[in-house]
Amino acid sequence: MNLLLCSLFREKKRRRVVELTEKMVVDGGSGRTCEWDGRWNHIKKFLERSGPFTHPDFEPSTESLQFMLETCKILVIGAGGLGCELLKDLALSGFRNIHVVDMDTIDVSNLNRQFLFRPTDVGRPKANVAADFVNNRIPGCCVVPHFKKIQDIDETFYRQFHIIVCGLDSIVARRWMNGMLLSLLVFEDGVLDPSSIIPLIDGGTEGFKGNARVILPGMTACIDCTLELYPPQINFPMCTIASMPRLPEHCIEYVRMLLWPKETPFGDGVVLDGDDPEHIQWVYQRSLERAADFNITGVTYRLTQGVVKRIIPAVASTNAVIAAACATEVFKIASSAYIPLNNYMVFNDVDGLYTYTFEAERKENCSACSQVPLDLHFSPSSKLQEMLDHLTESASLQMKSPALTATVEGKNKTLYLQSVASIEQRTRPNLSKTLKELGLSDGQELAVADATTPQTMLFRLCFTS
Amino acid sequence: MAATKASKEQKYDRQLRLWGDHGQESLESAHVCLINATATGTEILKNLVLPGIGAFTIVDGHTVSGEDVGNNFFLSNNSIGKNRAQAATELLQELNSDVSGNFVEESPNKLLDNNPEFFNRFTIVIGVQLPESTCLRLDSVLWSASVPFLVCKSYGLIGYMRLVVQEHSVIESHPDNALEDLRLNQPFAELKNHIQSYDLDSMDKKDHSHTPWIIIVAKHLERWLSEHNLQPPKNYKEKEAFRQFIREGIRKKENGVPEDEENFEEAIKNVNTALNPTKIPSTVEDLFNSEECNDVTSQTPSFWVMLRAVKEFALNEGNGSLPVRGTIPDMIADSQKFINLQNVYREKAMQDAAAVSKHVECLLQSIGKYIANRRCRCLGKNSSFLRVVRCRSLAEEYSVDTVNKDEITSSMDNPDSEMVFYLMLRSVDRFYQQHSRYPGKAKVYTNVCAVPCKSTHPPKRFCRYGAAEPHTVAAFLGGSAAQEAIKIISHQFVPFNNTFIYNAMSQTSATLQL
Repeated sequence: MNLLLCSLFREKKRRRVVELTEKMVVDGGSGRTCEWDGRWNHIKKFLERSGPFTHPDFEPSTESLQFMLETCKILVIGAGGLGCELLKDLALSGFRNIHVVDMDTIDVSNLNRQFLFRPTDVGRPKANVAADFVNNRIPGCCVVPHFKKIQDIDETFYRQFHIIVCGLDSIVARRWMNGMLLSLLVFEDGVLDPSSIIPLIDGGTEGFKGNARVILPGMTACIDCTLELYPPQINFPMCTIASMPRLPEHCIEYVRMLLWPKETPFGDGVVLDGDDPEHIQWVYQRSLERAADFNITGVTYRLTQGVVKRIIPAVASTNAVIAAACATEVFKIASSAYIPLNNYMVFNDVDGLYTYTFEAERKENCSACSQVPLDLHFSPSSKLQEMLDHLTESASLQMKSPALTATVEGKNKTLYLQSVASIEQRTRPNLSKTLKELGLSDGQELAVADATTPQTMLFRLCFTS
Repeated sequence: MAATKASKEQKYDRQLRLWGDHGQESLESAHVCLINATATGTEILKNLVLPGIGAFTIVDGHTVSGEDVGNNFFLSNNSIGKNRAQAATELLQELNSDVSGNFVEESPNKLLDNNPEFFNRFTIVIGVQLPESTCLRLDSVLWSASVPFLVCKSYGLIGYMRLVVQEHSVIESHPDNALEDLRLNQPFAELKNHIQSYDLDSMDKKDHSHTPWIIIVAKHLERWLSEHNLQPPKNYKEKEAFRQFIREGIRKKENGVPEDEENFEEAIKNVNTALNPTKIPSTVEDLFNSEECNDVTSQTPSFWVMLRAVKEFALNEGNGSLPVRGTIPDMIADSQKFINLQNVYREKAMQDAAAVSKHVECLLQSIGKYIANRRCRCLGKNSSFLRVVRCRSLAEEYSVDTVNKDEITSSMDNPDSEMVFYLMLRSVDRFYQQHSRYPGKAKVYTNVCAVPCKSTHPPKRFCRYGAAEPHTVAAFLGGSAAQEAIKIISHQFVPFNNTFIYNAMSQTSATLQL
């Protein structure tokens, strides 16, 4: 199957090269030396020679290098721990047309691994600083920054790229990106047009662990196919936090979730800001008091900050490894020089170094990439709340705050929406109404919107007796 | 000064959560030597400079070429023609002002000729893209000086790492999935008393459903033992019966339906691990039986003195067991019951650590030695996870008499094994020795395979690589090697033993002991 996928991509590349050649802008280099003797020697050996393990479609030539240097367009999502590494790796692998998207600004705690940033850059947008640094260090490289959320950019932007690499720190964002690329797929008479596939390389790290995967939307397992691989976030039960703390973490969560809203220590409506040392100090002090009431030891400033900000420990080395693996895949796919990873690699260097590579399988009824319509089975006397709970709690859906709409009596009706306060208030009573009371009928379509997907998902309501 | 310390805490916050302040201190006292500032070398160093090692020194006699700049983030094209050590030091130093960067414009061979003790000052020496002969020379010098030596090589789409260290001890190995140390099969006196203070039958509803599962298992185990000739549940059938026994302990409502007692459900779920016998792991037993542990003199390294003290503890106060770890997992319980139970374990751990400390004191007095920072509590807590890594010297690996034939031939039975790349790298080194260049570099493909190979693919592929050093392979090795160096420096987490091969084509890897 791998060979088939690669030849389909190769076909797409040829079509795109023809398209883009017409729009190609030749980089004059603005007077700086962009080339020097031997610059690309290390890469040329893979593009200008053949060997027994190269891809069957591979034709050694100097055209591959040209394509990568001048035409190939790569999008990097995230300019943090993985993003900085990715930009460097891609730039030194012959890619010059790179865009990078990141909505964050630089924090001092980034500096131990996000090496494109310096202490004087704290507060500035990551995408901009990263792009500047790489463009200055690697002559001829043109990284274009976008200081934005990925959700604030539309499909016409994403469509222009040959390959997209993600270095994100959130599953929600990954799923959104996954959904976006799935929405770009074109089907002709039920057959997927390969030129509409944009390969997605996804990397993730946490402490000394990481993973890298290759996703060909519509063909291989997507992010949602393997949702169960991601461990659920730890949230302590409310009764433990409210009345039965045992760990220092429980004390901190108590202050964050219950005490802060009650005492509004920095003013009405002032939300707890994990990046504000004064806020953390307040939470820390009150957590110590809470802990003392229960003879719990172990509350420290560092722990407090870690719990409030949900900090994940991070080092340069793991990010370097995972980004390198991802960049190698980008190189393989763009040059068709080698068969890409099929399709998931995990890495762990706590005890020696461990890697495990396997083929993640597509899920037959994947909520994101399967063409199978999704059914929701509920009795007509079930309350809407139950349906909402299913959408958020089901292991295969794991939605964040779904908004439900349906066509009732010929009119579009919002059943429940959480993200806009006024609508939330208005539709809240619906949660305790039954599906029958809301006018829903067997077999009807329900549209669900959520942060985890750029497109509204359609479900079919099936009444059980 | 205070400002710098605070800002360092902020900067290093994400990594301090992994190796602690003491781990960071050891990094900041380290002086790392890098030989050859190729892309692989500078990538390794980058991942050491960013977390804040004390100092680095780059040894490199080469001048920067156009090819060098093409794959190296820490060389710029206006440094072409300059010494590579100096050029790379500038751009690496710029990454972190806490680190002190130095360079020596000399080849390692020259240094070994003129100043063989030069390398003795380093915490670790990392040699990159070095020919076999130079590696063997360095191996000899560093082995005698007990300086850890990490050899790295990127060759086409293959990455290679070899760790050479005589003896590396680890107290804080931070295992991923450690079993809890609950002592339920042989509760110590204080734990027994604490368990006895509970009377499940007379408790009110709220107390009953908020009793820690450890107590529940202990109570039921007591009854089981008295009814089964003091034999704990051993096989699946007996454990199932035991689980059912605990389930019967769940209170029932008036209508006979069992109450919702989550703590009992936790007890049932944890039966398997709770019944694990307390015993000294074989890794630790082996350490107890080794010569270094039993033959303690004033020359004995601190680690072995500490280990001997733990052994003495096990033989005496421990009654055949290691010091109690002192931690318990979180579980459904009210605050007071949980804290009280936790304190029973904690206090016992402190007691045991104090006993170990006394043994350390006795030993030190008897051999006339002094150890500054004993950290007996840390030792006691980690006693099940102590590790010693011993890597053979390169001389042993390469010598015809001591080559690890078994490992090599058994690996070759598996056609997908990464061992074939090890053989290719050795062959390519031989080629270099004979021809002073790498195969394929001058576009000449010759058969370099000195070892019988089942297919002709590997040699051909290797020639195609032409000793190329693609950046992404260098970067992968850069991260891998840097973390191993950090493990050596900090004595936390366990280093690999002793050869690591990364295959970027298939994104697979293997660790071989050669």
